Amino acid sequence: MHQILILSGKGGTGKTTVASTFIALSQAKAYADCDVDAPNLHLVMGSFTKEQASDYFGLPKAMIDSDLCTACSRCFAVCRFDAVIPGPTYRIDPIACEGCTYCLHVCPVGAISTKPVKVGDLKLYERGEERFSTATLTMGSGTTGKLVSEVKKQLKDNTQETEVAILDGSPGIGCPVIASLAGVDLALMVAEPSVSAFSDLKRVISSARQLQVPVAVVVNKYDMNPTICGEIEVFCFKEGIPFLGKIPYDGQVIAALNKGENPACLNSPASNALKRIYNETLQVWKEHVRQ
Amino acid sequence: MLDFIMPTDRTIAVLSGKGGTGKTLVSVNLASVAQRATYIDCDVEEPNGHLFLKPSYVQEEVITVGKPVVDQNLCDGCRICSKACAFNALAVIGKQLLIFDEICHSCGLCMHLCPNHALAEVQKPLGVVRKGNSGTITFLSAEMRIGESSAVPLIKALMREKHSGLTIIDSPPGSGCLVTETISHADFCLLVAEPTIFGAHNLAMVHELVMLLKKPCAVLLNKTQDGENPSLAYAKTHNLQILGSLPYDQDLARLTSDGLVANQESEKYHTYFSLLLKEVEDASDTHSQR
Repeated sequence: MHQILILSGKGGTGKTTVASTFIALSQAKAYADCDVDAPNLHLVMGSFTKEQASDYFGLPKAMIDSDLCTACSRCFAVCRFDAVIPGPTYRIDPIACEGCTYCLHVCPVGAISTKPVKVGDLKLYERGEERFSTATLTMGSGTTGKLVSEVKKQLKDNTQETEVAILDGSPGIGCPVIASLAGVDLALMVAEPSVSAFSDLKRVISSARQLQVPVAVVVNKYDMNPTICGEIEVFCFKEGIPFLGKIPYDGQVIAALNKGENPACLNSPASNALKRIYNETLQVWKEHVRQ
Repeated sequence: MLDFIMPTDRTIAVLSGKGGTGKTLVSVNLASVAQRATYIDCDVEEPNGHLFLKPSYVQEEVITVGKPVVDQNLCDGCRICSKACAFNALAVIGKQLLIFDEICHSCGLCMHLCPNHALAEVQKPLGVVRKGNSGTITFLSAEMRIGESSAVPLIKALMREKHSGLTIIDSPPGSGCLVTETISHADFCLLVAEPTIFGAHNLAMVHELVMLLKKPCAVLLNKTQDGENPSLAYAKTHNLQILGSLPYDQDLARLTSDGLVANQESEKYHTYFSLLLKEVEDASDTHSQR
């Protein structure tokens, strides 16, 4: 499975707008939402004929049997996640517990065991030959990176080897982003012309490069600040990063998305820019795959 | 009588679920109109507060996390550590023990279990915590090293810094582990939501997280325009207190994109954020008296 991932560093720059347009334009048969703690792609992909839901369990978390606990405090002393709550009998804070089991190994009376905890809902949608993999993180469970890997695995297991998959990423540069970058052919960075988005763009580009993932850049809402847009373009030129185009601010796209409609169906300034950028992206992707 | 004693220490977390809804804009401006306040940037993966408040730093500290390192002369390849590691961060290939720092959670179990004392803990850099001043604002931020996966210890380090009076926390986006850690240090949460179905959906998720952590909260509607506002609809159906709305304004977007602090540039926004701060303080007072 080939993969094109949409990232941004900063949130709210237009990752899902770009991803949903690319999916429609390429008539992609495989796509996924890797932003498991704020997934949105499903809101604009229309209805599907089949939906498969499954619970995803993360690492089992510790629990203390209060009948056996002698409050010796050994578990409290070794836990590095502040997950043991002292008291007449000790308790585990399931939100803080990361499931390392250190406490279980030091309990002298065998009062600690582990239990599986659901950390997310995995979903696989089908429509004809299309497969859409997504998930929602269970609030307070925290293991976003693993859930992202699971979303990608589910997509891979359900599509042909030769397909080009479009992946919608998450903001930031931490574990979910690192998990989403694994095995990707091209990461398309959606920037915004602002000092914040420019700063975040540089950090996410470094993250992708550290993992040897080729990158390309587009600027969304470029007319909000053409000066900074120019600075981003110059930065990309100096760094040898393909700059694939600029998208104007366009109220019609926002209105379409709010109705759950795909921007690819519009004939508006932003959707036309997106169509050109899609072709550019395919060119860059083909060059990388050929190498 | 006790009703009249207002709490002087107050920590407000500014959250959103969805990225780019205006967390930094709101936090920076609230801290700025308050004058005497501490601003903490908890978006340690992509920090931006410094671009606006332009602090002069007085202290910088490298934050480290402990990772196991193996003495191959002492390791006999018994696999006790690799079998016990819940994160699969250790593997024995042939007789050689390999350690994968990127997936290690620094729990310390492997070192505790090693019968040959072949594992020792070495501190490795995770990021930098910076402390400084921006006018009368105390400024705190942290920056995670690129390639690291879990920045939770950086947020814990930020929160260990002593701060009193009003503290405004600029939260990371999403509703994962960093946001959970951030909220756990707050007395009150301000949820900034934009008028899109994306904004409303992520508002719902972060609201769920705030309720799970039993924190009081209220909503600020940002970038409002004529027409439907799915976030307003969510707030209404869930009886969330709405502290105000900030209409979409091209000039504000432009100021912000240049790294300027709106209330320092425009009388209109100075008045707006001063009133909002009052609303936020009143709302958090109401909850703390309950």
